[in-house]
Amino acid sequence: MTATEVPAPDDTRTPGGNPLGFGRMLRKEDARFLRGQGRYVDDVVLPGMLHGAVLRSPYAHARLVSIDTSAAEAHPRVKAVITGQTLESLNLAWMPTLSGDVTAVLATDKVRFQGQEVAFVIAEDEYSARDALELIDVEYDPLPAVVDAKHALDPDAPVIRDDLEGRTDNHIYDWEAGDAQACEEAFAKADVVVSEDIIYPRVHPAPMETCGSVAHMDKVTGKLTVWTTTQAPHAHRTVYALVAGLPEHKIQIISPDIGGGFGNKVGIYPGYVLSIVGSIVTGAPVKWMEDRSENLMSTSFARDYHMHGDIAATKEGKILALRVNVLADHGAFNGVAQPTKFPAGFFHIFTGSYDYPAAHCKVTAVYTNKALGGVAYACSFRITEAVYLVERMVDCLAFELKMDPAELRMKNLLRPEQFPYTSPTGWEYDSGDYPRALSEAMRIAGYDDLRREQAERRAAAESDPSVPLMGIGLSFFTEGVGAGPRKHMDILGLGMADGCELRLHPTGKAQLRLSVQTQGQGHETTFAQIVSHVLGIPPEDVEVLHGDTDNTPFGLGTYGSRSTPVSGAAAAVAAQRVKDKARLIAATSLECSVDDLEWEHGRWFVKGDPTKGQTMAEIAMAAHSSLELPEGVEGHLDASVVYNPPNLTYPFGAYICVVDVDRQTGVVKVRRFIAVDDCGPRINPMIVEGQIHGGLADGVGMALMEVIAFDKEGNNLGGSFMDYLLPTSLECPSWELGMTVTPSPHHPIGTKGVGESATVGSPAAVVNAVLDALQIRAADMPFTPAMTWRALQGRPMRPDLAIE
Amino acid sequence: MMRVSMRVNGAQTEAEIEPRLLLVHYLRNTLGLTGTHWGCDTSNCGACTVWLDGLPVKSCTTLAAMADGHEVRTVEDLADGDSLDPVQQGFMQEHGLQCGFCTPGMLMTARALLDRDPDPDEATIREAISGNLCRCTGYENIVRAIRWAAEHQAAQAREEAAL
Repeated sequence: MTATEVPAPDDTRTPGGNPLGFGRMLRKEDARFLRGQGRYVDDVVLPGMLHGAVLRSPYAHARLVSIDTSAAEAHPRVKAVITGQTLESLNLAWMPTLSGDVTAVLATDKVRFQGQEVAFVIAEDEYSARDALELIDVEYDPLPAVVDAKHALDPDAPVIRDDLEGRTDNHIYDWEAGDAQACEEAFAKADVVVSEDIIYPRVHPAPMETCGSVAHMDKVTGKLTVWTTTQAPHAHRTVYALVAGLPEHKIQIISPDIGGGFGNKVGIYPGYVLSIVGSIVTGAPVKWMEDRSENLMSTSFARDYHMHGDIAATKEGKILALRVNVLADHGAFNGVAQPTKFPAGFFHIFTGSYDYPAAHCKVTAVYTNKALGGVAYACSFRITEAVYLVERMVDCLAFELKMDPAELRMKNLLRPEQFPYTSPTGWEYDSGDYPRALSEAMRIAGYDDLRREQAERRAAAESDPSVPLMGIGLSFFTEGVGAGPRKHMDILGLGMADGCELRLHPTGKAQLRLSVQTQGQGHETTFAQIVSHVLGIPPEDVEVLHGDTDNTPFGLGTYGSRSTPVSGAAAAVAAQRVKDKARLIAATSLECSVDDLEWEHGRWFVKGDPTKGQTMAEIAMAAHSSLELPEGVEGHLDASVVYNPPNLTYPFGAYICVVDVDRQTGVVKVRRFIAVDDCGPRINPMIVEGQIHGGLADGVGMALMEVIAFDKEGNNLGGSFMDYLLPTSLECPSWELGMTVTPSPHHPIGTKGVGESATVGSPAAVVNAVLDALQIRAADMPFTPAMTWRALQGRPMRPDLAIE
Repeated sequence: MMRVSMRVNGAQTEAEIEPRLLLVHYLRNTLGLTGTHWGCDTSNCGACTVWLDGLPVKSCTTLAAMADGHEVRTVEDLADGDSLDPVQQGFMQEHGLQCGFCTPGMLMTARALLDRDPDPDEATIREAISGNLCRCTGYENIVRAIRWAAEHQAAQAREEAAL
């Protein structure tokens, strides 16, 4: 198997009617979901199970004066009430975040954001638990809140984290990448410099299923079993062992069917810990499921980057340098979930898809009185913010140069012969043909015709205000997905490499055990296809097991589009090892030399005599039989792999969005969206397209609707689906997809990740389209009718603060 | 406490409940029909969509008491034994689901649409499912899935008529 091999089209169908290996295949997991037989965390019911509910702070910032739980405890159906004081006695009131900070499980001294956890009630049913929350009497002493990140470092700003010794301000870190000096020099000799302030506002991943867990501590065996909404079951197990001092071999994390993750289910939330503590305290299983308001107000937010970009270019439009200063709002605790050595995630990939030598970024992170989080919502560790920045800055440059944004991009895109390409901030892009992808998107869009139509519309609009303004927006993105390698990337000291085990049973049917966890990506199908591709056995004969730490090997989990780049590689390597071992066994069975054997789908046979051979099923039986195997070959047919990726994979794509803006109402209608994605060879094109569709809807949502804003007291204004608006079928157009295929040279089957590509790439295309329609250089998303209308009036608003 | 009785998926059910019990909790917790999901509390997401007397309703904002004496249908009733309803088949054929959480509500909405309009165009389908949120699919394949179901049930009806 060569590294860059693109699988040859193979029309062979399996007895189940599926492709042998890659190709469109209906999903195995659908059978249960379609019948209402999925098993999500909230579907778990255990004998004697109790229900927990969390009391949350109404204030963004307040000192806790007293908590009286006596009335709640007297409720006839309440079993226990846990407060910060209870947890302090167990040394569990605080827990480490994934970014070297601590966060409160239950508040002990102060509350630091609206919705923060204050007490936990355990009752016989959920309704009673929530009733009892009303009976808890908390006295707060309200404090001024830090709401605007731009004022978090003011000398008179209230200090949020006075729990940390010696802390006198709200500063978390300053972090830089790139070469400031080289940037200075490039800017000094540039013909054109464009500067812009760009906000990527706070948004929320809002999966359809909220977060929750069912914890059961068996006092007799000492075993803790937790059914929980996690994208990273193994990492959660280790963290529980480290935090709570529980023996890791006695912890089983089960991540059953997960109703969407998008980054929301990476972190460990107080509710999870409280369900465990609740089970230990009561001796019964305890279920905790958050409601939608709790989900939107307290679990991981995303983005909240306030960016100032400067781009330098020649007057012909050759980009010379890009620099950016970021003010990062991290909320009240630094709970960002990203590799340890990357405090701003992978943001410093912000140079994007273009060829220029100088770049520099500086990121300053601050505490505010808002929920913690930061890396979530399909962002590939902040590449979403990076792509948004560079793609907006390129459009700002096009605006100033009065140059077509497609022409400007084409002039500056990296060329195929530059790969592997080392970016000015140190990333090594593995492979790409960027101009081909952009050309393909422009071809599908009919770009020149669109521009002609736009010119006609603009002419017509001059005399008729009812003619909508037409806008055409582009974005080109380079993603970096599949973290590690482990020497550069770890989370809480756990290196980012993932295990995988493949076993063929005596009859030739296989089980593949994965460390990663599907949340809808279709792993049970795709990973069976990977094994099928290498071993030539039907994908219906491969059962994929995941989401249960007792039955799968260790690994870091599914986020940052890492399943296919990391565990997909692990599965391919495991299958290759099985295939190699099968060859040794076949040679023994067939009494020939190993070198005399040739391979065709699912079968080793003797060169020149195709009738003399063995299928994988026959070899599997032989491997378990009394056949005497050669020295060094153990019986059975299995392999286990820990895959340590040598580099990220770098999927890319070109997107074009066409919008119509009603000047009289500010309503933006997305008319068309063209997406050309290159994620290398597509294992299951149907699933890949589905992943892209979902990400494009995210882009429309973020560009037009989604925002978590706050008023000046720090009240969260996005605490329900009536306030936090998600795109419906009416806001989304029928997506037009195209593709190019550039394999990754270092991935065993050439594939790159794709899960987050469209979420990363699409917001800028929609925003660029809206601004193109309005013919203004800059305004911040989301372009709700009010925001658009204000922008049209030349008075754009900040999206992250309530209207004064 | 109060006593309610209602037919659910053709079977008579009865229970002593709190008057405030939501229909979604009656179905999920009292009857154990966990195919119906809960997603938002505010009627926005539609994960809890079931039929009440043949019409889709959001069971998270319907009291179980309001269904007393009425007929409820959930996703568990769509398939006829091993034979899937055309909308279920369509969702599978066109990849109209990913995480599966919105799917039961989508299916109930889709079935109701096709019952009143067996040949809906894309705009009609988008309008019909606009009260059901999906975070995975971007709706494209859900629209295609419902079109698939419309076409295949029409073809099936023609075949049956020809026999």
